[in-house]
Amino acid sequence: MRIRLDRTVCDGFGVCAARAPGYFSLDDWGYASLSGDGEVAPGDEAAVTRAILDCPVHAVTRLAKPPWAEESGG
Amino acid sequence: MEITGDVTATCAVAALPGLAARLLHEDTTPGSPQSAESFDAYLAAAGYQDGPAGEAGAGQLLDAFEQSGLRGRGGAAFPFAVKARTVRRVARWTVPPVVVANGEEGEPASVKDRWLLRNRPHLVLDGLRLAAAVVGAERAYVYVSDPAAARSVAAAVHDAELAGRLPIPVEITVVEPAYVAGEETAAVRAINGGPAKPADKPPRPFEAGVAGRPTLVSNVETLANLPFVYRHGAAAYRQAGTAASPGTFLATITGGGRPPALYELPHGLPFRELLSLHGVDEGTVHGVLMGGYFSGLIGGSTAVDMTLDHEAVRAAGSGLGCGAVAILGENDCPVAVAASVMAYFARENAGQCGSCFNGTAAMSAVLDALRDGGATGDDLARLRRWSMVLRGRGACGTLDGAVNLAGSLLSHFPETVGRHLEGGRHLAGGCDRCAVSVFRATRPYEAEEVSLA
Repeated sequence: MRIRLDRTVCDGFGVCAARAPGYFSLDDWGYASLSGDGEVAPGDEAAVTRAILDCPVHAVTRLAKPPWAEESGG
Repeated sequence: MEITGDVTATCAVAALPGLAARLLHEDTTPGSPQSAESFDAYLAAAGYQDGPAGEAGAGQLLDAFEQSGLRGRGGAAFPFAVKARTVRRVARWTVPPVVVANGEEGEPASVKDRWLLRNRPHLVLDGLRLAAAVVGAERAYVYVSDPAAARSVAAAVHDAELAGRLPIPVEITVVEPAYVAGEETAAVRAINGGPAKPADKPPRPFEAGVAGRPTLVSNVETLANLPFVYRHGAAAYRQAGTAASPGTFLATITGGGRPPALYELPHGLPFRELLSLHGVDEGTVHGVLMGGYFSGLIGGSTAVDMTLDHEAVRAAGSGLGCGAVAILGENDCPVAVAASVMAYFARENAGQCGSCFNGTAAMSAVLDALRDGGATGDDLARLRRWSMVLRGRGACGTLDGAVNLAGSLLSHFPETVGRHLEGGRHLAGGCDRCAVSVFRATRPYEAEEVSLA
C-alpha cells in the first residue's frame, strides 16, 4: 500500500506518529512529515491504517497505484 | 551591446559581449526606446516556423529537446524533455494534457521572466506552442502576476491567433504577486480557481494538474529556449554552455554597489568574468546570495572561483536556481542579510505547513537576535539543528530555501557569526560591517523594474 500526507492539512495532532512511528516523524512543534516515500511494507499496513483512520483532520490518505507507474519509456 | 529602457529604468539589459543573444533582443539600438517585439518582427526573424508535422514530427522534436539537454529555468533545473515525456506517458493512459507557461516570478531578486513576457512575448508563445505539440496538449495557459506582462502577452496571443500561428487556445491567468505563487502546484491551483498557493505532492502536475489533466508546467525562460532548438537543432544549441548545463541563461544581478542588470550569459562563464562585466572589483566581493533567495549564501573567495553552471554552483554547496545572483555590498553583513531574507520567508510563506510557518518564524527570531548581538550559543545550536532537520518538511520549496539560508550562513561565515555572538551586549555585536550601518531590507536586493518603453 502507498500513502500520502498532506502537510497543508496537518494540524499537528501527532496521532499518526503514535500509531506508526516508523512512517511519520514530528518536528519541534508537533507537525508531521512522512519518513519514507509513502510505500508501506505489508507487515505495517495495520498500524498505518490506524494512523489513517485516527488522524482528526484526514491529512493521511491511501493512494491508488496509477497504471502509468508500471510502464517504462515514453 | 547595451540595451537601455527609458531614462527612469535603472536595470541594464545586455548579452555578454561576443555572445549571439538567443533570449534577449539582438538588434536594439543602444539608447533607443525599447518596446515589445511585434508579431511581424518575430515572424521576420524566423519565428513561428511551420510544424512539427503530426505525431512523428512531435516525437522527433521531443528527441531534439532531449539531445539539447535543456534544463528548466524556474529554479529546479529539471531536464525539460524528461518532464515532457512523463506528461506524454501519463496522457496516453488518461486524457489529453495541458501546458502552462509559468511567468509568475515570485522571486524579488529576479526580473528575467517579466522581461521576457514584456519584451519578447512571441518567443515565449512560440515555445509554448512547441511544448504543446510535443506533449499533444489541446489547451495552454500563460500564468502571470505582472500587469505589464499580462498586457503584453494578451496582445501577442491576439496577434498570433489572428495570423493562425497558435494551433490551440491559449488563456492567460493573472494572480496577485507572491513568493509562493510561482511554484508549479500554486499555478495549477490558481488556474483551477483556487488560491495561488502550493499543494503537497503527490499528485504532481504531470499526474493531475489543470482540470485534473496531466499538466506540463514550464518556466517562460525554459519555453523561450525551445524555438532555438526547433530552428537550429540540438547540436547548435549546445554550442553555448557546458555539457551538463547547455545553452545560455538569463541572470539578474543585484547588489555589489551597482545598479541591477539583466544579462544573457553562457552557462559555465567564470564568475570573475561576470564581475568584470558588471563593473565589480572581485576584491570587494565577500559574499553572494544565490538563486534569488532560495540557494543561500556563498563566501566571496569560493564564489569568485566558481563558474556559473549548475554543477559548479552545486559543488560550491549552493545552486544557480533561477539565475538571480545578489552580490553582498561592502557593508552588507551576511548575518544581517540572512536576517532580512529569513524575515521575508517568515512573512511571505504560504501559512499552510506547520513546519514552515513555525520553522521560518523561529529561525527568523534567532537571526534577528544574532544580528542585534543578543543570541546565545544555545540559540545558535537550535538554528543549526533546524537548518538540518527541517529540510524537506514543507509542501513547497520555501522551507528548503530558509534552511539553505541558515545552513549556508553557518557554514560559509563562521567567523562573522562568531563575532555577532561574542560581541554580546556591545554595540552591533562586534561586527565591523554592522558597526558602520546595519543592513535591513524588506525585500533585500530587489531588482528594479525593467521598463517596457
